Amino acid sequence: MDARRSSRAVSDPKVRHVGFFTPNAPPLPGRTRSGPRAAGSPPLSESPASNTLSPVMIPPPHHLSDVAARTAAVPVPDSAFRRTDDGDQVPVGSYNPSESLLGTSPVASPTSVAGDGELDFSEESSAGWHRRKDSGKFASSFPSGGFKLTTAKGPQNSAAKAKNLAAASDAKKPLDVSEKSGGVVTEVQDELQPTSKQPLKAKTTKAERRALQEAQRAAKGATKGQVIHDQKHRMNPVSVLNLLWLFKLILSLYFCVTLTKHKSGSKSATVSGGGAPSKPVKQPSHRKNAVSVVPSVAVSEKKGSERAPEKERKKDVPPPRMQFDDKNRVEKAKKRSVVHQTEAIYRVELFRHLPQYEHGTQLPDLESKFFQLEPMHPAIYKVGLQYLAGEISGGNGRCIAMLKSFEEVIRDYSTPREKTLSRDLTAKISSYVSFFTECRPLSISMGNAIRFIKSRIAKLPLSLSESEAKAALCADINSFINEKITLADRVIVKHAVSKVKDGDVLLTYGSSCVVEMILLHAHELGKQFRVVIVDSRPKFEGQTLLRRLVAKGLSCTYTHINAVSYVMHEVTKVLLGAASVLSNGTVYSRVGTASVAMVAHAFRIPVLICCEAYKFHERVQLDSICSNELGDSDAIVKVPGRMDVNYLENLANRENLQLLNLMYDATPSDYVSMIITDYGMKRSRRSASREGKKLALASALHTVKRLAMASEDRRSAARGGEEMMAQSMGREMEEEMKP
Amino acid sequence: MMDFQVVVLAGGTSKNLVPLVSQEVPKALLPVANRPVLSYVLELLELNNLKDLIVVVEGEDAALRVGGWISGAYVDRLHVEVAAVPEDVGTAGAIRAIAHHLTANDILVVSGDIVSDVPPGAVAAAHRRHGAVVTAMLCSTPVSGPLESGSSSGKDKTKKAGRYNLIGLDPTKQFLLYIATGAELEKDIRIQKSILRAAGQMEIRADLMDAHLYAFKRSVLLEVLDQKETFHSLRRDVLPYLVRSQLRSEVLLNGVPQPEENGNEKIGTQYNQIMQSQILANASKPSFHQLYALGPNNGPDLVRRTHKCCVYIANNNYCARLNSIQAFSDINRDVIGEARNLFGYSFSAQNNIIHPSAELGLKTTVGPYCMLGEGSQMGDKCSVKRSVIGRHCRIGSNVKVVNSVVMNHVTIGDGCSIQGSVICSNVQLQERVVLKDCQVGASFVVTAGSECKGEALAKKEK
Repeated sequence: MDARRSSRAVSDPKVRHVGFFTPNAPPLPGRTRSGPRAAGSPPLSESPASNTLSPVMIPPPHHLSDVAARTAAVPVPDSAFRRTDDGDQVPVGSYNPSESLLGTSPVASPTSVAGDGELDFSEESSAGWHRRKDSGKFASSFPSGGFKLTTAKGPQNSAAKAKNLAAASDAKKPLDVSEKSGGVVTEVQDELQPTSKQPLKAKTTKAERRALQEAQRAAKGATKGQVIHDQKHRMNPVSVLNLLWLFKLILSLYFCVTLTKHKSGSKSATVSGGGAPSKPVKQPSHRKNAVSVVPSVAVSEKKGSERAPEKERKKDVPPPRMQFDDKNRVEKAKKRSVVHQTEAIYRVELFRHLPQYEHGTQLPDLESKFFQLEPMHPAIYKVGLQYLAGEISGGNGRCIAMLKSFEEVIRDYSTPREKTLSRDLTAKISSYVSFFTECRPLSISMGNAIRFIKSRIAKLPLSLSESEAKAALCADINSFINEKITLADRVIVKHAVSKVKDGDVLLTYGSSCVVEMILLHAHELGKQFRVVIVDSRPKFEGQTLLRRLVAKGLSCTYTHINAVSYVMHEVTKVLLGAASVLSNGTVYSRVGTASVAMVAHAFRIPVLICCEAYKFHERVQLDSICSNELGDSDAIVKVPGRMDVNYLENLANRENLQLLNLMYDATPSDYVSMIITDYGMKRSRRSASREGKKLALASALHTVKRLAMASEDRRSAARGGEEMMAQSMGREMEEEMKP
Repeated sequence: MMDFQVVVLAGGTSKNLVPLVSQEVPKALLPVANRPVLSYVLELLELNNLKDLIVVVEGEDAALRVGGWISGAYVDRLHVEVAAVPEDVGTAGAIRAIAHHLTANDILVVSGDIVSDVPPGAVAAAHRRHGAVVTAMLCSTPVSGPLESGSSSGKDKTKKAGRYNLIGLDPTKQFLLYIATGAELEKDIRIQKSILRAAGQMEIRADLMDAHLYAFKRSVLLEVLDQKETFHSLRRDVLPYLVRSQLRSEVLLNGVPQPEENGNEKIGTQYNQIMQSQILANASKPSFHQLYALGPNNGPDLVRRTHKCCVYIANNNYCARLNSIQAFSDINRDVIGEARNLFGYSFSAQNNIIHPSAELGLKTTVGPYCMLGEGSQMGDKCSVKRSVIGRHCRIGSNVKVVNSVVMNHVTIGDGCSIQGSVICSNVQLQERVVLKDCQVGASFVVTAGSECKGEALAKKEK
């Protein structure tokens, strides 16, 4: 505190110097204090206008006239966007604007001071200072904008000023909260969610984004009234602004991919700099007054240190899935591939984006290369072959097999000379993963497990010796299997068994290992129930389940899916497994599940989905087309052991015949009554998406909300999040507009 | 190397090939298209990146010769250990003798007399994928007897029938259910009911040949060899034994490895382990072995031990074993004939290989699918068809060589006619010798004007 004050003493004169428009501004201390929400709305229209423009025009040669025209023309939409932006910068605010200004813009000195002033203001919150500092703040973060603003909008100036001030003061609050929450989020995620390791990167946590978006919308809805009050003359622009905002959102989403590289530094600084770093971050910005160069150095250092983990995080992110109708990329992938695959001649048009290969050629080819693929670990090879031959199936089974093979790899691993374990091993595992993908597209469970492993490798402390690191990784893998799979299954069984009553008739489809455990456990508990196993061609997975259940003495009925509407009459509950539960509540599972669920829904029979939480995914999927897996089309053409019904024998390669053997389907959440996971049972129905999201690996929304409740001001927290989000988009816009 | 070790059983001086092999030329060094037969195996392995090999040779002398040749020919390319075992210990005995050298999880046992382009990796991969105790490579039985080429007489060759294996496969053609070799086929076929019942269906084939390329699980192989001391041959004893006992396994393994190492850990982890393996087991497609092991008719506590015997069927590859005189000439013919593209020979426009240093007389023709070795000389008006002629042979005028193999340093007088025969090294054929379907042992001298048909001519061994 003392340091701050002293610093302020230095800065004060400069602040005054900059804040030449303060006299215009009406004294608004009361307002700023009044509440963040009230304050939040006004900037919506006004201040941002300058803001958005400023970054674009940061090289300040063109000035007033030019700018004036522009502000007049498109003032509001930009600003609307910026509103959030502005707030967003606040968490950053302590150093970020100043950083950029110090580094680049000619307006550096005043602005840096101003930024500092802003901070002071927040600390002190003395009415007198407010004005100046706020204005200063504005000038600081949007150097040219500040001028333009004053000049261009003579008449409205006072109102605008008010709003600016409000925004600034308002923004202050979120700063703390959001920073704090950000920090906590990282920590929480580190501890609890090893699977979703890359928590705060805008690109990775889509769930978080969505959450923020929602919050933003809510906030907007709430603030609209306020807006109307504040500036009636601005009403139209507000709606326009909404539209534009949407447009920008789309644009920014599009550009976020391309721009992340540039941004990663600053963004990481803003977003992930939470928790512990927040303090040290602030301090340099204070000292700025005294020595204006120091902070920039500090900041750049900060950036450097942030950047490394950022890169690591990027590694965890699974690359965007390959679209197999993208010829270039398919060609590239082919060159890299280990498994030789011939593409099907007649592909199903609707599913061109999915890999469609001739089945039956890969396995012999891969087998013959057994000794030639030198760097491949035998365990990997074995598991890959088993995937390819279809000998291991089911999300859990495949995941465990993969993790076990990774464990063996790690055990046999020794770091090559002049390489570091974490990098080399990550690269190795990536290559193995791509090999697995060639053998069979990864399941979502596997994807999550891979992310976990990679993040674990990335997080290995450098101080560990190789053997220690290997032991730690093996232990991590084992604990993942134990906690996320076996223990999760046991917990699910415990939950689900409570739903099994005497006299129940439980219907299940296919063969899910959790469902099997539930049934067996319920049987062991002496519950009297009957099981209906619905099965389908071509895999007949239900038969193996049936065999095991009958061996254990359960009374079962076996039928094929054709008869599901008939059997459904007698059923009291439907228990289904899932390959994944997506964040909109869609259940992604073995093909046929959706129709079973639909029939059950029509019969008003509860559908319980049993799915371990590690299989949840943040993706949203509305149909089973955009992401699916195509199986061997021969499997549906041929009936094994029935030579007499092979009518399609020689029809497989006809131009006017497309054989489609889908592996998965998407069950909309409407058909799901309850999702049973290791974190508990959740009713699904309407709120399915929300529940799914919450459960989806403790998405950022979840934590942010919880933290918000804990914190003194819930709304400001929500806004903090929303602004964070908006800022990232705003930056993208900036980047995009820069020549 | 993928945790596989390769053992090449090169044999010694096989009795089946008696006039051809001798103390000087063990079976492994018999020339096939002027290259020792062992080189085909070694190069196949080299091609598959298997460069650490153990070559087992019967007999000290033979081992020395084979070792000498290998170290000369593959000095920088392969890392080969040559082990000598006493003669007549059989293939099982050979493995017993080198058991202490075997450390890898799985052993690839290759017979040294295979001429094939089947990737051994495929066998190994199938073995690994199933976690089998043994995987055998089967290939279609090669067409025996000389090929009826247009010019040669259309006479029926005497084919020995009944040298086939009978092989029983499961419907997926991945598992071996039954195997019987020629000798046993005289008797009735005995098939175990339990195996038949478990597998549901058995396909018995006589058109497949056991190529003597096996992948064994080391622990199982060594255990079996240890326990059954009477076992003499891998093919005739060990493999049928493993196949017979696959549903009442007496070998340690039971498909799923027992978690022995974790014995002293907590019960909780034990439970997790069990659950894990159960999930894995349920996730994998059960073979009939597992179904049988968990069959409904035995109690839940009684788990039957099973092991898997797999096969890899090479459909489109060339594969032959040099285990008889007939096979010797067949392989010689095929390697430069129908399978000529597989072994890296470069053929001339006339589809034959004539070493540049070979000298041909006037009006001498060398037909397609022939090979003429380095430094050989031929007189005038000779004709060579579908034959292999070795190095530094001196062949007079008016000689006909059809469907034959002539090894190195052979002297053939004027006016000889050789058909369907094998002439070993250093043989001297004097003028006007007519040989048909004969084998002439090394350094033998055939007197002028003699006519032989279907005879084996060799020096008397002292």
